[in-house]
Amino acid sequence: MDAALVWEWIIKSLILILFLTIGFAYVTLYERRWLARIQARIGPNRVGKFGLLQPVSDAVKLIFKEEFTPASADKFIFFISPIITVIPALIILAVMPWGEPIRLFGREIELLISDVNVGLVYMMAVTSISVYGITLAGWSSNNKYALLGGLRATAQMISYELALGLSFVGPAVVAGSLSLVDIVRAQQSSLWYVILQPAAFIIFFFASIAEINRSPFDMPEAEQELTAGYHAEYSGMKFAVFFMAEYIKMIAISAIGSTLFLGGFDGPFVGTFPWLGPIYLLAKIFIWVGVLIWVRATWPRLRYDRLMQLGWKILFPLALLNVMITAIVVVLVN
Amino acid sequence: MSLIGILFYAFLAIIAVASALAMLIDRNAIHSALYLVLNFATVAVLYLALGAPFIAFTQISVYAGAIMVLFLFVIALLGAEKLSGSEPLKTHRPLAIVLALVFIVEIVLFTVFRNQDISPMVILTQDFASPKNIGLTMLTQYALPFEVVAFILLSAAVGAIMLTKAERSPAYKLSHGEK
Repeated sequence: MDAALVWEWIIKSLILILFLTIGFAYVTLYERRWLARIQARIGPNRVGKFGLLQPVSDAVKLIFKEEFTPASADKFIFFISPIITVIPALIILAVMPWGEPIRLFGREIELLISDVNVGLVYMMAVTSISVYGITLAGWSSNNKYALLGGLRATAQMISYELALGLSFVGPAVVAGSLSLVDIVRAQQSSLWYVILQPAAFIIFFFASIAEINRSPFDMPEAEQELTAGYHAEYSGMKFAVFFMAEYIKMIAISAIGSTLFLGGFDGPFVGTFPWLGPIYLLAKIFIWVGVLIWVRATWPRLRYDRLMQLGWKILFPLALLNVMITAIVVVLVN
Repeated sequence: MSLIGILFYAFLAIIAVASALAMLIDRNAIHSALYLVLNFATVAVLYLALGAPFIAFTQISVYAGAIMVLFLFVIALLGAEKLSGSEPLKTHRPLAIVLALVFIVEIVLFTVFRNQDISPMVILTQDFASPKNIGLTMLTQYALPFEVVAFILLSAAVGAIMLTKAERSPAYKLSHGEK
């Protein structure tokens, strides 16, 4: 195999992982500042210019916290649960394109890690295994609140996965491909799928929030009922890794949503200036994450039975209907 | 096959067999379930190596992502993860040994007496396992089995929903003239 190609893959993977981990640090700051604005506060602005060094100070604080393992916990599973939680979040974006191919050092470089022809199925597979870490964390802590939080998370994520997966089908059917590169290309030549697939867009938006357990669907960590949910017994860096997984998942679903419905790296003049692609994508992710934070600031948490009803009785049938109508329309138009 | 290829498949085979054995032997039900997940993931990697990414990812999302998560959910919900140390089914062990011996004899007989002139394997095209080809095969060549499976799954889902419906109280039935 070509050694330069291997190096290219390694460097691109490192760039993606560094982007996600640094992105995590700054999304925490973004969330605190933006939440503060919405609530007419100022937020953290003392550490560094505009509070830009706040994530560093948080990290240092968490490193020096005691890491406590409960005496009757399942030690090994307790230890690997945070890792199992963060890995799907880090690998899910491997099939997503960041921009047009660019020329660098005389090589044609594709700005994505792998153009799998079943990219959407890969994403579904990774989403579906991301529930393990949370379930196992809840179980292995040997704490009833943690267990309840973990079970809630499992039930919620399984329920919303159906609607989420079906909302992927709409764009795939319209584009005629399961590859994310083809879906972005199809959006470049026609309209963005937020216009062609508005129902799928709305279903994706809600189902993805529920899938990553963000407010208003953050039942697994409802403080009033469950102390802290599945991570009640976690402290120090293990807790930080759970926290990291949650914020990376925010970035990941924003990136997936932007790619599927908002044209990905598509934007004006991206054909002439290829380096604009990643900037457009980043801007779309930034706005999407901002909307997620805005939702958190304004909507109260749903009751658990309402949450399940929304998933099974509204989003799931709507998603099925959308798939059916999309398929019929695509067959009739072609 | 090259040496690296043989090593790769041997490595996968060892993990698959070891995780299957560990699933059977481990006395903790959650650990067993996790070994089974590892087994499914290894099989998915095998599919991936054989050039069928669609089947590989479907394997992960259906078996590892849906079925085993439900297993874990039920085990954790019932608190049934600790099995007792002793074996409750005393007579099953000798029976299992006999059946295993029969199986080994069968494999030996098969390898000895099988038809020696094996026709060369059909070289598969690159897109043999593409989602499009799988969909076409399922909805044309295997349309009837596909529909039968869909019907069975649907009736199972309806049955599960019927089980969760609360039975009406005797007072309600009396007042509405139901038997």
